[in-house]
Amino acid sequence: MARYDRAITVFSPDGHLFQVEYALEAVRKGNAAVGVRGTDTIVLAVEKKSTPKLQDSRSVRKIVNLDNHIALACAGLKADARVLINRARIECQSHKLTVEDPVTVEYITRYIAGLQQKYTQSGGVRPFGLSTLIIGFDPYTSVPSLYQTDPSGTFSAWKANATGRNSNSIREFLEKNYKETSGQETVKLAMRALLEVVESGGKNLEVAVMTKDHGLHQLEEAEIDAIVAEIEAEKAAAEAAKKAPPKET
Amino acid sequence: MESVFGLVGKDFAIVAADSSAVHSILVHKTNEDKIMLLDSHKLMGASGETGDRAQFTEYIQKNVALYQFRNGIPLTTAAAANFTRGELATALRKNPYMVNIIMAGYDKDVGPSLYFIDYIASLHKLDKAAFGYGSYFALSMMDRHYRNDMTVEEAIDLVDKIIMEIRSRLVVAPPNFVIKIVDKDGAREYAWRESIKDAPVPAA
Repeated sequence: MARYDRAITVFSPDGHLFQVEYALEAVRKGNAAVGVRGTDTIVLAVEKKSTPKLQDSRSVRKIVNLDNHIALACAGLKADARVLINRARIECQSHKLTVEDPVTVEYITRYIAGLQQKYTQSGGVRPFGLSTLIIGFDPYTSVPSLYQTDPSGTFSAWKANATGRNSNSIREFLEKNYKETSGQETVKLAMRALLEVVESGGKNLEVAVMTKDHGLHQLEEAEIDAIVAEIEAEKAAAEAAKKAPPKET
Repeated sequence: MESVFGLVGKDFAIVAADSSAVHSILVHKTNEDKIMLLDSHKLMGASGETGDRAQFTEYIQKNVALYQFRNGIPLTTAAAANFTRGELATALRKNPYMVNIIMAGYDKDVGPSLYFIDYIASLHKLDKAAFGYGSYFALSMMDRHYRNDMTVEEAIDLVDKIIMEIRSRLVVAPPNFVIKIVDKDGAREYAWRESIKDAPVPAA
């Protein structure tokens, strides 16, 4: 038994925790996930890699509810995600049971991040190989929030962020194009960001929209296709406008 | 002293409970809601030790919610009743909950159902059930007047008859009752039957 309490995550001579960094590599190989915060709407969009023909796609949901007012999407090891999500769901109910109040987004993010950190400082375990994007509305103030956690256990709030495959390019796009949006505009911004790295089409995207009044709404394939069409039309119009100007004097 | 009773109608179930919160000879309040909404289509009326009642029913409610988040679909009424009985049974030989429960629910495939769960973890699926001293009167009235497939009006009429019996025949009768109903449209409060209302404090 003595052999199993040797820590797997130990410092390297130059101050790195290699296991944590390798976990971040696993995240970088995971599917792209984008989160955008609007004034009254928060959107999560996740890349759906090609589904095998025989697989029932309804059983592979990448955006999940933690509570009525909180949702989560992640990039990385999906099996690890199941464990974290289960613990978070229990904590959401436990919090309501002990203090009669639903969790705030920051509270549950801190809880999940705390859990991820514990597994970087315990014997015989490896870190969770995933980064999460957590969205929600705080119970009484109705403030919308978007948070990100990563395998090291750090977390921070964002106006818009991406994680997983090609997250750097998506984040660059968001930095260039982010502005305060609401409603459908927020959805389009999130999808446009994801479409930078993902083939367009309802089959390749999973999109969920959270509002204060209606909670989490997972968009159907048809709805996604319709918005993609709108985005492409807007892009085409913008291209045409760029080519047209010489006629105006 | 506390009364809880319930019955199943044509496509609904009703649970009624008194609303007194008593401590020894003092009535703390007369509008205590003892029927908890477990989820959109389930009701749980509970009587017994006040602390145990609040703690246990809230615990069950949060676990019912957790199941729904984990599995994407709500528990059936039967499953929730069996889960509740299981929790009572597990605690029974260590640290028992002194809570009697009448659970009512509506499932799309099964329709309305009612479960009687007492504090020593007996579970019975029934059309009519009652707890407390009021049960002597409630069960007699229901034996006499209950029929299968009652309408809401007929059922409420029977509930009112029962409340009248309890008020007139029980020596320390609770003055106020709350009635809740569950049907295909969900679980909700139906009515209060108040014979004592807190008088508003006159302004200075």
